Amino acid sequence: MSQFPLTHPGGAHGFVAAWKWLAALALVWILQFTLVGDLDPYFFTILMYAGINVVLAVSLNLVNGFTGQFSMGHAGFMSIGGYTAAFITLFLAEREPALLQGMSGELVFIGVLLLGGIVAGAAGYLVGLPSLRLKGDYLAIVTLGFGEIIRVVILNVNAIGGARGLPNIPALSSFGWVFSWVVFTTFVVWRLVNSSHGREFLSVREDEIAAEAMGVNTTRAKVRAFVIGAFFAGVAGGLFAHYLRYLNPQTFDFNRSFEIIIMVVLGGMGSISGSIFAAVFLTFIREALRYLKDSGITQLDYRMVIYALMLIVLMLTRPNGIFGTREIGDLLPARLRRGRLPQGRAEGIIR
Amino acid sequence: MIEFFQHVVNGISVGSTYALIALGYTMVFGILQLINFAHGEVFMLGAFIGMYSSRYFGFGEHPSLWALLAILALAMVGCAIMGFLIERLAYRPLRRSPRINVLITAVGVSLFLQFSGQLLFGSDPKFFPQVFQPSGDWTLGGVRFNPLQVIVFCISIVLMAILQTIIFRTRLGRAMRAVSFNHDLASLMGIPTNAVISYTFMLGSALAGAAGVLVGLIYPKIEPLMGTMPGLKAFVAAVLGGIGNVTGAVVGALTLGLAEAFVVAYYAPTFRDALAFIILILILLFKPTGLFGTRRTEKV
Repeated sequence: MSQFPLTHPGGAHGFVAAWKWLAALALVWILQFTLVGDLDPYFFTILMYAGINVVLAVSLNLVNGFTGQFSMGHAGFMSIGGYTAAFITLFLAEREPALLQGMSGELVFIGVLLLGGIVAGAAGYLVGLPSLRLKGDYLAIVTLGFGEIIRVVILNVNAIGGARGLPNIPALSSFGWVFSWVVFTTFVVWRLVNSSHGREFLSVREDEIAAEAMGVNTTRAKVRAFVIGAFFAGVAGGLFAHYLRYLNPQTFDFNRSFEIIIMVVLGGMGSISGSIFAAVFLTFIREALRYLKDSGITQLDYRMVIYALMLIVLMLTRPNGIFGTREIGDLLPARLRRGRLPQGRAEGIIR
Repeated sequence: MIEFFQHVVNGISVGSTYALIALGYTMVFGILQLINFAHGEVFMLGAFIGMYSSRYFGFGEHPSLWALLAILALAMVGCAIMGFLIERLAYRPLRRSPRINVLITAVGVSLFLQFSGQLLFGSDPKFFPQVFQPSGDWTLGGVRFNPLQVIVFCISIVLMAILQTIIFRTRLGRAMRAVSFNHDLASLMGIPTNAVISYTFMLGSALAGAAGVLVGLIYPKIEPLMGTMPGLKAFVAAVLGGIGNVTGAVVGALTLGLAEAFVVAYYAPTFRDALAFIILILILLFKPTGLFGTRRTEKV
């Protein structure tokens, strides 16, 4: 037996490792059938947005945090997934309304979500390949431009509503689905970054040249991370579309991408728990700021100014965010951390 | 044929303002390998400084070429100070940080300027005063020249010539080239690298400020978010010409301006903004070093 387990935090494999995730999934559905109906509708809405934001933040963390590439177009992929999924369900609602009822509705929903994610992932491949082949920060500009182009294209395509937006999308998103995807996204990203593929991502972040010298295909690693991130953004778009029941290209402007970025940065680039925490926290803060504005304490929308300032101050004073690259489990006392390396994770080599 | 030359004239006049912005991008990238996202916002601030100063001095009522040059100078000085502050407060403390952190800061600065600009100036478009109003159009062989376009083009050319002189004929320029060649080595040779980087930011920002005034002159509607698109396009122009290369930035910007004019004229105006990004993706696919760029070898 080697002293240190080869896979870092996850510890056990197979079912032993999976039971926690399955338990979380079961908990989500138990809550769905017991508690959720009694919740205050306003609180419930915020909760749903928080869940969708967690999916977005955790998947963006895979790109921005774990792989060290800077994507600024997450809202663009979200809109692709959302529009794809909504377009199909609207089509079905018109042709085969019976299909969207009951159990078959749930199955259709899973199908369109996956399809939306796949289309978004394909778009991610097309955008990512040319820009990720190169070293440097081209991805930032390309994704930024891509987000704008998607918005302009949607505005000009009449079949998906153009500037009017896409109304009357069937309400298929439920607490259960949103939080199942929260669990699933977290599970995939967690298992991924602790696998050998994930190690490739981390090595690209730490030192691209050294990774290349060690035989890592850096382009492939970067594109993979990016496509997986785009896939989950697309799914989140589908969840969002079927909850709000209305899509509008303005919803997916750059400010939306920026909100997701700040969630990742605040939580800590390279920390899944951090992203989850920051996504929930910022979703609630956002409502508090809205309250400030609505109640007349201030007439101006300070939200974006605060976010921007927060980003700068974070980078200057605590660039690792709240969690750094640590996870919530690392904060437990050492004796409770079974089968873990003592802080084995590299703390971003500062150069 | 006359129509064709008309589009050429329009394209070059837009392209020359892109060139002024692109120069700042390319200089900063050359010296720090940083995409200065806030550069487009400096351009926006230039337009606003121009507007407020010409209101303050009442240039709108007494238009003259001197009035234009005066607000141009004011905007350039104001933006140079802004550029200095941005570098000093936001980028310098991160000189030794990972690149992604600097990039995030740059995005933060850009958004901070945009949204505090909205709080400060209001988000509705403002009218840029007509500080210089030549009468009538000039024609040459049937091609109409808007005199403003000609003035803007001439001023841009003069500014670029000044920049070229500074970079290749002065001690400061030599220091800038040395720092961009090798930061640490330049510092060992006794070049005050931090001061040189500050000067680079100031020069680039002054040019962006000038571009702000000139664009305000041709399209007299200015608003706090006006810097984003021209900023991105100027970056594309810089990449097209080979980022880090001063001549390349100018050629790339003029090419982009022309391409946009032709797309608007012969294809569809809605594609104007998408074109820049299509060009960017094509460049990254087929010639990542740009038209004039040289390949930099990675050193460990």
